[in-house]
Amino acid sequence: MVVCFLIHTVCPVSALSAGESRILYSRLFGPEEDTQLQRSAEQQRLTQKETLGLIARQVRSAVSASREASGRVFVEAGLGEEAMALNDAEYGVLSLAHRDPFADRCVALWLGVQALAFTLVCQPHENLLLAEGSLRNLTRHCLEELRLLGPGSEVLLKSDRVDAMLQRLLPHGQLLFLNHRFAYALDKELSSYTGK
Amino acid sequence: MYAPGTESLIKQAREIQEEELQKFYVRVSKQLHSGKDPGGEVIDSLQRLHLIVSATKYARTLPADLAKKLQMLLRSPSCVEQLQVLSSTILRESLPLSAHDLSKDLSHDSRALSYTASVVLSQARSKDDLLPLSQNLLKSLESRQPEIQIPKHTLPILSKMFIFCLDILNEDQVNLISRKLADWLRYASIYQGASMSSGGFFTSPRSRQPALMTEVDGAVAGDFFTVLCVGQSYTEDQWMNMYTFSMIKSWLLTYDTDGTSNAESAQLKRPQVVHTTSFQDDRSELDSSVMSMVSATSSSSRLLPPKERLREKAFEYCHRLIEQSDRKAVKKADAELQKACIVESVSIMDIICSEDPSYVYRGFPCIKALYGRLSTDLAFARVLLPIAQFYLSHSETAAVESEAVFHHLFSRFPAELFNEPMLAFEFVSFCLHNVSVLQKKVAIYRQSFPNLLKFLAWNSPGLISEFMELLPSFLAPETAIELLHTLLDLPCLAAALDLQHRSAWYQAADRAVWDQQGSKITASLDAFRQPSYRGLFLYILRPEAGTGDTIDRLSMLHDALEGMAESPRVLCCAQIVPVLLHVYFNTIMQMADGKMMNQLLLVLLERSSLLYKIKNFSTEVQRVFSTHLQALCKLNPPLIVDQYKELLEFTSTTTNIYTKEDFYTHVVWVIGEYLSLSYDPRCTVELITSFFEGLEAVLFEITQVRQSASPPRYSPRLLTVLMTALAKLASRSQDLIPRASLFLSKMRSFAHSGRVATCFSDEDSEEIITRAHELINLLRLPNVAQFVLTPSAQGDCPRWHRDTNAALPQRMRAISGLLQSHSSFLPV
Repeated sequence: MVVCFLIHTVCPVSALSAGESRILYSRLFGPEEDTQLQRSAEQQRLTQKETLGLIARQVRSAVSASREASGRVFVEAGLGEEAMALNDAEYGVLSLAHRDPFADRCVALWLGVQALAFTLVCQPHENLLLAEGSLRNLTRHCLEELRLLGPGSEVLLKSDRVDAMLQRLLPHGQLLFLNHRFAYALDKELSSYTGK
Repeated sequence: MYAPGTESLIKQAREIQEEELQKFYVRVSKQLHSGKDPGGEVIDSLQRLHLIVSATKYARTLPADLAKKLQMLLRSPSCVEQLQVLSSTILRESLPLSAHDLSKDLSHDSRALSYTASVVLSQARSKDDLLPLSQNLLKSLESRQPEIQIPKHTLPILSKMFIFCLDILNEDQVNLISRKLADWLRYASIYQGASMSSGGFFTSPRSRQPALMTEVDGAVAGDFFTVLCVGQSYTEDQWMNMYTFSMIKSWLLTYDTDGTSNAESAQLKRPQVVHTTSFQDDRSELDSSVMSMVSATSSSSRLLPPKERLREKAFEYCHRLIEQSDRKAVKKADAELQKACIVESVSIMDIICSEDPSYVYRGFPCIKALYGRLSTDLAFARVLLPIAQFYLSHSETAAVESEAVFHHLFSRFPAELFNEPMLAFEFVSFCLHNVSVLQKKVAIYRQSFPNLLKFLAWNSPGLISEFMELLPSFLAPETAIELLHTLLDLPCLAAALDLQHRSAWYQAADRAVWDQQGSKITASLDAFRQPSYRGLFLYILRPEAGTGDTIDRLSMLHDALEGMAESPRVLCCAQIVPVLLHVYFNTIMQMADGKMMNQLLLVLLERSSLLYKIKNFSTEVQRVFSTHLQALCKLNPPLIVDQYKELLEFTSTTTNIYTKEDFYTHVVWVIGEYLSLSYDPRCTVELITSFFEGLEAVLFEITQVRQSASPPRYSPRLLTVLMTALAKLASRSQDLIPRASLFLSKMRSFAHSGRVATCFSDEDSEEIITRAHELINLLRLPNVAQFVLTPSAQGDCPRWHRDTNAALPQRMRAISGLLQSHSSFLPV
């Protein structure tokens, strides 16, 4: 199952030090193995957020390393060019060791699209081919629905759309084997959600 | 693009004043209370509220009444979905925890329940927090009343629960779910669901004969429904079929093992036959004409207990999916899904076969055929990994030949697909997962390390931790030396792969494109294509070990690759080599015999000056060499006598000081330390003398006081180590003492000379003089000198330090007295 899904920056952000990443959306699919017993809800939440920040930073450095190594020159894509941006996206995977930061060993798949990265952390025995497909599908939806290639801030204010997406495409962190008709049915539900 | 506006919104949300926030809570509360149909304004407020509670890592606490209202919204079946989404996200992100309240009164509405579950799951800390929700879901599963609908997300929610806490389900519940899963998997309707749009105004949907599902290539479905069946729309049970297949692997991994239930629920186990009587019969809604191989060969599972029945049904399902994946999909998305389905099906079959070996004989024909079909197509490379896993787990049981499979896997994939990050990761994980079996049973595995290291060379930052774990498994007496050379040449491998990759992209004719790469890279690319370099590149890019530990013209290759020395991949590799070398040496020290250690020492001496010229690379590698040289000699001191010619030659070459001082210093130290009769009976006076003379000559050369000579380009540490080594050797062959003392006495004038003062600090010069004095003093009493400069090997043993009656503490006291208080011994 998927442990968490993140949308975060991989570009320099003025308020952050170099190498940091700003998390714009995060969803942790609980329940989570509690590594420290008897923590208060506040502490638990703080740890969760810091965990997510740690993953975002690791992914950011992986994206930078991969971009640097490939030496490709990136063409900036704007609104309406989502398909191209997705096609050009860098992708990769990194393993998160046992207890670092999650209780079990995990695998983080990432997709670097322009200034943003989309990260899916899943359990190690998960079908990574399916996870990669799901991540691409989710990313496409997010780019389109939240107009992420444009200058707006929908990703913060309309984040309920991402939740509605995850609810259908990744219910409670379950990766789904969706053929194009199942996907179509869910897409239709989604467009009626965002149409409202 | 990441907009500055977004950043300022986050800032605002984080820095909102408490007073303002309280007012905002009140306003939202009122809006929710107004009773009117909530409109855009409410949604807008909730979106802002969500931003405020989620933007900071510190939790915010909602007022009780607001939290209550959000909970009510969440539960209400008639509520607009967007409000439910917002309520659930706000409750998830904020305090007080609402899971407990929400669990008390769970909605029957499928959607409301799912959003509620997301809050409960995210806030749950223990099994007890989850029980009400799981009971609720199980009740709907148990119910035989048709009007009670099973919530759509029942299975994903249950999956999350049982992965978190295995014993949340007791044996009966596991059986209940197993039965349900088997039914959903195998007996979903094969007809398309009634589509809203398909019935026109004049045709009532009822009068239309429902159409059969089709396969992904458009043919009419040949057998029971699976996720690879396409239709205009899907019925409830078809959706459940899809959810079931999506979670069946983790279900089988969790509950389909003999020790399924933990100790507590073991007592609940009763003879499983009891359940079989209450089974529904195996239904068959299928027209016999549409039977495929799978259904035709389906065994009767009527009398099986639930778990075994599920196993049977899951196996049939996977078999059918593999059959279906042979069809040419019309849609690209379906073609991708086919691959994912093969991966899943083969791993499920693997799990089932591991649990019940009788399935192995049924599975292999299918897996073999699949392998035959896909093995030549590199586009299916990732799909072949689970197939290889199946072979690895079961070929012995079924007496199936598997060598060809692994040969194909290890020889072709890394060489041709090293630049696929996902495959690289999965391949390396596969090796790691099976490392002990591969080592024992797959001969080609260890031989393939030059190929496997290509994954690392290309994807170094992502795979380093995996390779640190994997590296010891490559080590065997026959691979050890070649592996060491290969690790040292890892940056060359990265450069060669880069060139191979580039030269495939740019044809030789496109000089213009080449030149854009920068002139340095162009030179390397040229070399890559020249026949005279061919052998060198073929060696570096070799797929298997065994053609020789290294090559003669390595420095020529290093020169040819000079243009690549700044490429990011090469730099990255250069950084990880020292880490891997540490792992290598720590492992090899445990298995190496005397012969191997001799070989290792020679490689250290040779390769310390034969490295790819990358910034800092040589220094870092030599540092690792130094550490392990010491360990090597300590473990096996006769090495010094064994390799005295090479060591003498190395230490007598003064240029070594200027190119690799640190390593040189360590070599001198180990000679001084271990060239002693107490370590090796072969250590003759002649041997000691020849080393003494060699080192003496070097020390003389570098400390010569000539006006024309340039100031020293080495550290004071090298001098003191050389001086001490000379004194040590002299103490073991006392004829040499006068020569050593004379030499040491000259150090004062050296340290005080003008050109030395320009580069050594006063403390350094003082240190050199003090050391010289101490050594001279010691050499005046040869017996004491021998004891101090050649301590017995037992000095490492704790007893010698703790036991006051042992010789060492007493002697140490005597010596410190000698050196400190009896100042008459000190030269005037």
